[in-house]
Amino acid sequence: MRQMPVELPCPIPYVLAMDHSNYPNDYIRGILNSVKTIALVGASANSARPSWIVTKYLLERGYDVIPVNPGLAGGELLGKTVYGSLAEVPGPIDMVEIFRNSEAAGPITDEALALAPLPKVIWMQLSVRNEEAAAKAEAKGIKVVMDRCPKIEFGRLSGEISWQGVNSRMLSSKKPVLSGKGFQKLGLNRP
Amino acid sequence: MSDRLPGFNTLAIHAGAAPDAATGARATPIYQTTSFVFDDVDHAASLFGLQAFGNIYSRIGNPTCSVLEERVAALEGGTAALAVASGHAAEFLTFHTLLQPGDEFIAARKLYGGSINQFNHAYKNFGWNVVWADSDDPSSFEAAITPRTKAIFVESIANPGGVIVDLQAIAAIAKKHRIPFIVDNTMASPYLIRPFEHGADIIVHSATKFLGGHGNSVGGLIVDGGSFNFAGDDRYPMLSKPRPEYGGMVLGETFGNFGFAIACRVLGLRDLGPALSPFNAFLILNGIETLPLRMQRHSDNALAVAEHLANHSKVSWVSYPGLRSDRYHNLAKQYCPKGAGAVFTFGLKDGYEAGVKLVSNLKLFSHLANIGDTRSLVIHPASTTHRQLTDEQKTQAGAGPEVVRLSIGLEDTDDLIEDLNQALDAA
Repeated sequence: MRQMPVELPCPIPYVLAMDHSNYPNDYIRGILNSVKTIALVGASANSARPSWIVTKYLLERGYDVIPVNPGLAGGELLGKTVYGSLAEVPGPIDMVEIFRNSEAAGPITDEALALAPLPKVIWMQLSVRNEEAAAKAEAKGIKVVMDRCPKIEFGRLSGEISWQGVNSRMLSSKKPVLSGKGFQKLGLNRP
Repeated sequence: MSDRLPGFNTLAIHAGAAPDAATGARATPIYQTTSFVFDDVDHAASLFGLQAFGNIYSRIGNPTCSVLEERVAALEGGTAALAVASGHAAEFLTFHTLLQPGDEFIAARKLYGGSINQFNHAYKNFGWNVVWADSDDPSSFEAAITPRTKAIFVESIANPGGVIVDLQAIAAIAKKHRIPFIVDNTMASPYLIRPFEHGADIIVHSATKFLGGHGNSVGGLIVDGGSFNFAGDDRYPMLSKPRPEYGGMVLGETFGNFGFAIACRVLGLRDLGPALSPFNAFLILNGIETLPLRMQRHSDNALAVAEHLANHSKVSWVSYPGLRSDRYHNLAKQYCPKGAGAVFTFGLKDGYEAGVKLVSNLKLFSHLANIGDTRSLVIHPASTTHRQLTDEQKTQAGAGPEVVRLSIGLEDTDDLIEDLNQALDAA
């Protein structure tokens, strides 16, 4: 019997396998330079919590941070309306920042993958890792960052974190770039 | 620059130091100012609340000092560092962050005499109890562990010189019992030994010695290895409990793998106050730029002088691990293959009187109580630093009547040897 031609599946977007234990600086910088709207899942109203601090820091750096937390839905956080889930956020989301534990990152990633349009980036906070969720997102062409803090990464790439004696692992013979008014904010794009 | 980790020489010159954002000044400016203007009221609130990176007041942080901090963190391979007024202040803030009244820590018996005093006397006022162990016998550390043990402390190369500590053996014990392992790396400097690579969790330095290296500035550093997870560990409430000073923030959680360095800064340095002057930070930074060159020369010179003394008729023994016959030579080959440092002791056949005479006869060596200078230094501990002790105590401390300690500088070894020869002949 003649073999039927095999139908090939649709080509999936080709994504270079990312080494999630060692992100190149340019990869992180590229993400922080390209995203504008960040949905922060696990936002907190407690100003001592890291998620509150990161929300405030990113808002001050010009990102449109949208807090997501079912317990605070409908309220305001740092002047921004809080939504109960990613699906409820009006308008497209560039980056989903997951401020929950590694297990919860699975279903949150699923929610993110159900959005239309899809987010460009899924970022899991420092200590949050979910390889399965990352693989699913990457298969759809979404960039993934795990176990990193966007505030620390911004501070590291800009040079701000050096003021705290933190090892930025960055060397440059070029001046840091002042950003905004005053002297205590630095920009991401130091040569 | 690519993401490849730069080499040690490059880091010694560049880490932490970019051209000044406001002026383009290439050398690190001395920010000789007490305070820094806030961009606005909200910015001030963010800084005080530890929500933004930045400068407030030079007791808590200063941009010249922070270059030094990042430089040393990079050289040691740590996550962050804190510059303070002296090596003693570095030890003080480290223990203040780890210990509560009634707690214990285990320290090697062979230490800088100043640290022995600090631990035995000053710390008693805080209810911090030192338990001594023998760094030549790592099992003595394990035997000393109790439920109140909060830290283990050793020097990588121990004062008064000639002792190499088996860091990996002690680190294994510390790790097994989940106790932070603190290494004072002053005598080795990160050029000779990088203790984080051997299991240390925290490193302290007297930057006064080899980091600064020119005998002009007192300073200290605390380096966080980022390897000890304090978050959720009830034994370390400074890091694991909500801090009322900061609206209930948990420092070990908020600052992740550099939380220890931040806690030393925002709880220790802020409230206890031993801040480093930016001028001293500048001089120490200048020194560090040549650390790799100097440390190699110090070690090479020390070996040449030690070899000469070992064959001298008036010398009974030389304790320098760089010598093939030395009991610590194998440990030196393992931990510091580039050299065994600048400082060592030797014994005079004619005892106490010969020691006193030698010190006064030397013309190039300076008689003073420091180490790690470009200049060669000498001290006769029995007649100076250890004078108050009984003869038995002196011997136990490695400071018997016949003992002389040298810190070999960067001069020509021919000149150092000639000076020692003439002084020994006359002694």
